[in-house]
Amino acid sequence: MDSTALREQRQTPHPEVHAEVGHQEAPANRDVVFETRDLSVFYGEFRAVRDVSLTIYRNHITALIGPSGCGKTTFIRCLNRMNDLIETARVEGEIKYHGVNLYDKKVDAVEVRRRIGMVFQKPNPFPKSIYDNIAFGPKISGFKGNMDELVEQSLQKAALWDEVKDRLKESAMGLSGGQQQRLCIARCVAVQPDVILMDEPCSALDPIATGRIEDLMQDIKEEYSIVIVTHNMQQAARVSDMTAFFTAEVNEQQDRRTGVLVEYDKTENIFQTPTDERTENYVTGRFG
Amino acid sequence: MVVRPGAVQPSDVVLAHLTGRRTDLKGLIFQGALLLSLLLSLLFLIVLLVDIFVSSMAVFESRSVESFLEGSLSGFPDRAGVSQALYGSGMLMLFVVFISFPLGVAAAVYLEEYASDTRFNRFITVNIRNLAGVPSIVYGLLGLSIFVGTLSAITGGPSLLAGGLTLAILVLPIVIITSSEALRAVPQSIREAGYGVGATKWEVIRSHVLPSAAPGILTGTILAISRAIGEAAPLLLVGAVGGLLGQAQGGFLSQLQDRFTALPIVIFEWTKEANSEFKDLASAGIVVLMVIILISNAAAILLRNRYERKW
Repeated sequence: MDSTALREQRQTPHPEVHAEVGHQEAPANRDVVFETRDLSVFYGEFRAVRDVSLTIYRNHITALIGPSGCGKTTFIRCLNRMNDLIETARVEGEIKYHGVNLYDKKVDAVEVRRRIGMVFQKPNPFPKSIYDNIAFGPKISGFKGNMDELVEQSLQKAALWDEVKDRLKESAMGLSGGQQQRLCIARCVAVQPDVILMDEPCSALDPIATGRIEDLMQDIKEEYSIVIVTHNMQQAARVSDMTAFFTAEVNEQQDRRTGVLVEYDKTENIFQTPTDERTENYVTGRFG
Repeated sequence: MVVRPGAVQPSDVVLAHLTGRRTDLKGLIFQGALLLSLLLSLLFLIVLLVDIFVSSMAVFESRSVESFLEGSLSGFPDRAGVSQALYGSGMLMLFVVFISFPLGVAAAVYLEEYASDTRFNRFITVNIRNLAGVPSIVYGLLGLSIFVGTLSAITGGPSLLAGGLTLAILVLPIVIITSSEALRAVPQSIREAGYGVGATKWEVIRSHVLPSAAPGILTGTILAISRAIGEAAPLLLVGAVGGLLGQAQGGFLSQLQDRFTALPIVIFEWTKEANSEFKDLASAGIVVLMVIILISNAAAILLRNRYERKW
């Protein structure tokens, strides 16, 4: 599928996918962004994630929680085909993005990533100026408008403008960790994506910087759909609308761990009335 | 004295425990041995340098540095100089820069960024490392058969062109290896950041990977040039002249196809002479060569420090 077709799909989400919500209580806004069906991810022979079927809704914050090695990061990296960068990675099953199979042969991974941006665990600004960090994405995607304005807007959305407006030409490496991470969010926002994937965006930050980023997520979720991987259960409980709990199945013989999706529901249900014992043990702190 | 855990101890007892350590004799001996090895290696180097410097003073005291740098090859030691050698070495360096640098960097970018991790590609990488260790005389033989022999219509046989191409091939593996290492040192997170905003592979490499690796690549190239400038063996086989060299005739192209000389060759020839005045000239030539190498290495270090990045 070429990029024009993708764009059309984005405006007219497939109606039939709405029926496939599953057992969980569906949120009020039922536009679907992603739908995965029996998704498995392999690294070589090793299966890192098994049979994940999950529906992710538009303008929601969806949190993926679970213990280490349960495949959360592997899963989220499939949603914008970041796993393509790992040579041995292979995907089975289906990920539909507005009804389009992301792993279709005709889908261009570069186009996918322009629509589905990503914020990484460790802040990774380019070793360039703050301005150039923001401008790079729009420039390569052929942005023709007023770049200064776009840079300002993006930084404002990421709640960073006031702190850096007088030093846009200075290196981004001079910013603090929290500022760098907000810069990465601004850089992501600048290409005007549809979805923002966040892979443990606060794990390298102190509580104050974390709080800022959580506030920021609430501010921007009106415009974007956000999927966040987090180790921090309180964070999932605070910020997300929907929560998916993953866990690892340990294969004793091969000493390998395969991630599986245990439960997916509204965040309050996951934390207050989980239906699976493993979820309950995890969210009450008895495991993990 | 056995102390019961948690018991209150008077501070003088604690002090006796904390300060009562014996001298670590084995550690001291080991440290001394390490220092000795370092001094021994330095000693040889210093003796060599002092010896060369002292005998070169015989030349620089009797005549000006300019006359030595501007003089040409001659049978009279008081008139002989290194101008032709400097010109030849400079031209050879240009070949290295303009051939090895682009070819080597391009090969490294392919190996590190594009080539998939197959057995065949690993075999190639290992063998590039082996090539870097091949004795330079072997490259001389290669140059003799290919550039002087097969391609003589272009190079004019034993010539500056043949010499430059030979040296360029000699340092190519070094440029590839150091560029590969510089590219590998660029953190994966930078590449991911680029891909994350929808950049293509080429855009990521051009805008982020290459600029981040540039200081390392430049440093490696300069060090490769320093290596090339000191090579004598391969040049002897492909047309370098040690004795007398006529003044270059004709246009630039025909000069490239003409015989040439270079600093290490001249030093080698002067050392062979029986006349002790020529031996002093050789020392003076070595000093000139070392100054050039020192300057280029210093440039490499400065470049590295200037553009060193923190991730």
